[in-house]
Amino acid sequence: MVSPFLSMNAIQKSFGHVKALEGAQFQLVKGEVHALLGVNGAGKSTLIKILSGVYEQDAGDILIDGQSVRLRSPKAAKEHGIYCVYQEVDTAIVPELSVAENIMLDTIATAKNVFLSMPKLYEEARNTLKQLQVENIQVQQPAYKLTLAEKQLVLIARALVSSAKIIIFDEPTAPLSIHESDKLFSVIQKLKMQGVGCIFISHRLPEVFEISDRITVMRDGTLVDVFQTADATAEEIIEAMLGTSFHQEQHTRNYPLGETLLDVKELSDGNKLNNLSFTVSEGEIVGIVGLVGAGKTELAKTLFGLVSLTKGSVKLSGKELRVKHPGDAINAGMALIPEERRKEGLFVHESLQTNASFPNLRKFSNLLFMNKSAEKSFAKDIIKRLQIKTDNTETPLVHLSGGNQQKVVIGKWISRDSILYLFDEPTKGVDIGAKADIFRLIRELAESGKGCLYFSSEIQEAINISDRILVMYNGQIVKEFSRGDATQERILLYASGGKEE
Amino acid sequence: MQAVGKKNKIKESGIQFLFKYGAIALLIIIILYFSSISEAFLTYANFTDILRSISIVTLLALGVTFTLVVGGFDLSVGSTMSLSTVVTASLMVWYEMPLWLVIILPILVGIIVGVLNSFLIVVLGIPDLLATLSMMYIVAGFHRTYTEGYSIYNNMPLTAGGTAPGQLSEAFLWIGQGRMLGLPVPVWIMLGMVLIAYVVLHHTRWGRVLYMTGGNAEAATLSGVNTRKVKFAAYVISGVFASMAGILFTARVGSGQIDAGAPMLMEAVAAVFVGYSVLGAGKPNAIGTFFGAAVIGILLNGLTILNLPYYAFDIIKGLVLVSALAVTYVYAKKRFSQTG
Repeated sequence: MVSPFLSMNAIQKSFGHVKALEGAQFQLVKGEVHALLGVNGAGKSTLIKILSGVYEQDAGDILIDGQSVRLRSPKAAKEHGIYCVYQEVDTAIVPELSVAENIMLDTIATAKNVFLSMPKLYEEARNTLKQLQVENIQVQQPAYKLTLAEKQLVLIARALVSSAKIIIFDEPTAPLSIHESDKLFSVIQKLKMQGVGCIFISHRLPEVFEISDRITVMRDGTLVDVFQTADATAEEIIEAMLGTSFHQEQHTRNYPLGETLLDVKELSDGNKLNNLSFTVSEGEIVGIVGLVGAGKTELAKTLFGLVSLTKGSVKLSGKELRVKHPGDAINAGMALIPEERRKEGLFVHESLQTNASFPNLRKFSNLLFMNKSAEKSFAKDIIKRLQIKTDNTETPLVHLSGGNQQKVVIGKWISRDSILYLFDEPTKGVDIGAKADIFRLIRELAESGKGCLYFSSEIQEAINISDRILVMYNGQIVKEFSRGDATQERILLYASGGKEE
Repeated sequence: MQAVGKKNKIKESGIQFLFKYGAIALLIIIILYFSSISEAFLTYANFTDILRSISIVTLLALGVTFTLVVGGFDLSVGSTMSLSTVVTASLMVWYEMPLWLVIILPILVGIIVGVLNSFLIVVLGIPDLLATLSMMYIVAGFHRTYTEGYSIYNNMPLTAGGTAPGQLSEAFLWIGQGRMLGLPVPVWIMLGMVLIAYVVLHHTRWGRVLYMTGGNAEAATLSGVNTRKVKFAAYVISGVFASMAGILFTARVGSGQIDAGAPMLMEAVAAVFVGYSVLGAGKPNAIGTFFGAAVIGILLNGLTILNLPYYAFDIIKGLVLVSALAVTYVYAKKRFSQTG
């Protein structure tokens, strides 16, 4: 075998007490496209951030061309020819500058001369785009006029100008259309021919099989296996990603479901969501599983009235809903536990009791005046009911752990007695103990006849909690599993755009 | 290591102390200092005088407080007050209107300015500082155009020839110059408004919604609050307070001075920010604002007694604002670095 151009060996990295990487390995030869796969939390992004100089490893070494290197900063990584094309291209583009200036940005920033020759700049930029065979992009226009896909190409061109040897693509196709993805793949082929090593991270297996030469699978912060793409099958890869899947105890529902509570028909938001139909019954927990970017959060927010739907209908308890604002959804009986807890769910500098009473201020006030003792006793009530670890209802929430904060986000809806709960990734960043409490609470809600929608990319957790699982891929529901039929492997296959034969 | 940690701890608790008691300590120091150098300072007459002098600024500052609570800012309050001042005077002097209209119409003007501010900020999405800065100029221009640059006083000569028919009525002047139960009427009005603002902000549902909108608009929206309406309301409230300040000013001075509000803007803003740190509230609040206005009022009164040149007062006001901001922001940085 060819000796690798890049070799990362025995990489260790911890964040506090959490080990993100332990003995991780990765190798890349020149002119190959190497896919890096793993489920959430497998350590892919940590490894990539170490390679691009964002973090420094605690132990282990990185060899480039046989030489040991230290990548202390993104600048150092760039000096070694390592470039990254992030999913959020807008963070790396200066919208007011021209395309040419954006392509030449790193060169301009490090140039010694004071004056810039614009014609020369345009010329060089044009040449670079020609190499990628995307010369139809006008280099003089300001970058904000470009589409997302074109901005990606500008970033690739920028890497090429600085004679990049390794380009990391972090979920590059997530925001792209199929046509745009094809275009990107042909550009990646060009890069390959020029001897650039490409690292390709994607949740979409069909793409990985289309574009990559080799596949490295990671799990729990370490290397599982390296596959030659030509010889590998999707099932093999998925098995490697999941490992010997440990099955936590599943609870069984021992009560009958009630009437249909939520009935969604042919819902589209004119953007990500496309023609979704499903129902939730009273007492039922329906899991909506999909990988990052599948459209789960968009669905939750559309149901809750934060984004308006363009097509389709939503019925709650048989009544047609027209929600224009979350206030309407709340009055109709919905509750949303949003994904970004601190940003969307809490007032972190306020006390627990202020947070808890907020969705239902009328209940905690006489006429206009707040009834602070009612607030306090409600806060004490949810502290007890949800086993929140704090002894004071007045402590600002910043001082609570993530799991306890999440319990407040859930608990604040209890006073409204909502009938449908939308949980968007409720276990994100929550410790094991709090997780168990949250699951118990969701089950209690279901048992008392509430409907629950559980949006998650943690497949095993969704299997454990849900009565039924809907798999989302690219804004659509592609498969429904009953609890008995659902396995991690089958769900992941559908969630990554595959199909069973 | 330990020594460094200890040093940090001392530094941290120092900042904590400054934040909680800084404003109060400053007030005590100022009072002690001025009473030690002047016998006229620590007298009942002088203190009612101070209270009366801060009543107008306090009203303005309460308006600014409301906009800051919802996470905005209103720079146009000074101009709005100027406009209200001349409108009030003109209604009596030029048009001889009855007292109730003389009070209602300027407040309507304040509401209109507030609605325009809200429109720019909430509907069009212009950043609050820039929108209200523009409004500040537009409103100031309007009030000068309306008066043709002249102050309005009893039976003034008109540019069109002849003299104005009306006068400021006794009943109206009582609002600004009368006394009740041993205190000037403006002081009662100020105390009443501070109390109302305090109760609304801290003890009602509305106050809760206002604070939460400012604290995290996204979370408030997801809890069912229409944050656009809330912000709209805050700017209208600010306009109303500014126009009340204008009415009070006219009644106090007995004429419609032009540009009356311009110098008050800085004092009002400074009062609010001094108020941030009163007893460690860490956010805009009604009592703090009153307190901030008092600190500035006492300081200026003392400096007058010291015979400091009037032109130097702006330096002092600016310094008070800067120190209040410094304490507030250094503390905020600390607080956020703890959570981040």
